Amino acid sequence: MTQNENIIIESGDAIQPFAYSVGMHGSKFFTELRDNRRFMAIKCPKCKKVYMPPRGVCGDCFVEMKDWVEVGPKGIISTFTILRFAFIDPETGAQKPVPYGYGFIKFDGADTLFQHYINVKDETRIRIGARVEPVFSKDRKGSIRDIEYFKVID
Amino acid sequence: MAKRVAIVGTGQTFHKSHRPDVNGQELINEAVLRALADADLKMKDIDAIVIGNMDHFEGINYVDCWSVDGSGGTMKPIIKLTTGGTTGCTVAIGGYHLVGSGMFDKVLIIGWEKNSESDTTGAITTAFDPVWDRLVFAGAISGLAAEAQAYIARYGASERDGARVSVRDRKHAMNNPHAQLRKEVSLEEVLASPMLADPIHLLDVCPRSDGACAVIMASEDIAEKICPKPDWIWATASRHSYSYLGDADYGRLTSMREGSQELWKKAGIREPRKELDVIELYQPYSFGGLIWIEDMGIVGPGEAPQYIWDGNTDMGGELPINPSGGVIATNPIGATGLIRCAEATMQVMGKAQGRQVPDVNFAFSSGFGGCWWTDMILHGNKKPN
Repeated sequence: MTQNENIIIESGDAIQPFAYSVGMHGSKFFTELRDNRRFMAIKCPKCKKVYMPPRGVCGDCFVEMKDWVEVGPKGIISTFTILRFAFIDPETGAQKPVPYGYGFIKFDGADTLFQHYINVKDETRIRIGARVEPVFSKDRKGSIRDIEYFKVID
Repeated sequence: MAKRVAIVGTGQTFHKSHRPDVNGQELINEAVLRALADADLKMKDIDAIVIGNMDHFEGINYVDCWSVDGSGGTMKPIIKLTTGGTTGCTVAIGGYHLVGSGMFDKVLIIGWEKNSESDTTGAITTAFDPVWDRLVFAGAISGLAAEAQAYIARYGASERDGARVSVRDRKHAMNNPHAQLRKEVSLEEVLASPMLADPIHLLDVCPRSDGACAVIMASEDIAEKICPKPDWIWATASRHSYSYLGDADYGRLTSMREGSQELWKKAGIREPRKELDVIELYQPYSFGGLIWIEDMGIVGPGEAPQYIWDGNTDMGGELPINPSGGVIATNPIGATGLIRCAEATMQVMGKAQGRQVPDVNFAFSSGFGGCWWTDMILHGNKKPN
């Protein structure tokens, strides 16, 4: 073994064993997204903040949330970046295709931000405050990938 | 039975991008032996150990047990604390609690990382929520870029303002023999370096390092017997909030604002800009050096660029920041927060050699985590009231 060789630990063709539950709030979100292309958020009864993605408890107030609110599907870019450096996607083991737009979308009617791709075909149109809408996948399975990306519409 | 607590010794490795000459335990041991030598203590004098790193970076889960040959923890009380980027500061706060409780007189605190042993971006990405965060997240740089972009839009700052912070820290690193990157750069070089994620250029961000740091804390009953001029801990604060990355207020670091307000209140500090003498900020990228000192209340919102352009945070300025070169020069992630603490201690003790700021009464050190967390410590040369 030369000095530059490292010990390589491989998993070969093994499939990762993770099987995450999304919970009842995540389930409703993904079911509505898949079946009706609707975005469901949830509102805190105390501070009135509308959370996207929906979850059971408002962390600030520490109270249960039950009031579902439909938001979007349009919104604005609250902040964003364009990823330009090559890196290995730990989800796939393959290099992530760059450049890609990483958007924090504020849906109309929501207070917290939803993360997804922004189409970077025309970079000059991507700015904070730009209006966007989702482009849905043709074959929706009830996952975050049921949206392909968001595109700037103004 | 609460006790006042002081730091009586520090030690750190000479940080490098890659240390194939040592394994993790041996790297830890280098820092531990230096801290013991600095305090003139033996391992038998240590009552308990707190250790931390970002454990899934190296894929070694029981670091507290696995590292005992290096840490000296065999048959001693030892706990591991792991809070992501804030780990190095969290272990110090944990040690402070152990000594302050009166249950342990002398506690050894260790932070370490061998970033060369794994894929840092992949590891950071898998620290985030698998359903909602991981699709588009690309490690630390992507979230930081979104913060910087929001700050620029909100306050009219520029990429040059960020670059000025990087120029400062990289210049300061020239005075620190422990720093990994010791090369001065110009504003133009920062701005001409590759764009990683808008608006962050390569020279705006930290490297990934192999390194370890150790700090020894002692109770007020014995601190001054061990060390004639110990570094007294005046206050600590910690703010962690994370459900999903989209919950943050991009452009402001809420955890820093709330934590530092608590710190100033505990210590009776009214004007941090005038009362602090030096800051070791966990600042993994240049724009954090603008945004976060505003959240600390050093200057008002949007005022940091001018304050920094005027030289106030350079060595010799009103309030030097990162005399060590900071995180932009050295980043063994689980050690990074504890290095900030150790550097602040050295400033208070007058042991910082070529990077010493004169007459330090109060020093501030912090830890930062990619989920917009902040931990912090106020250090002082006088015993707290």
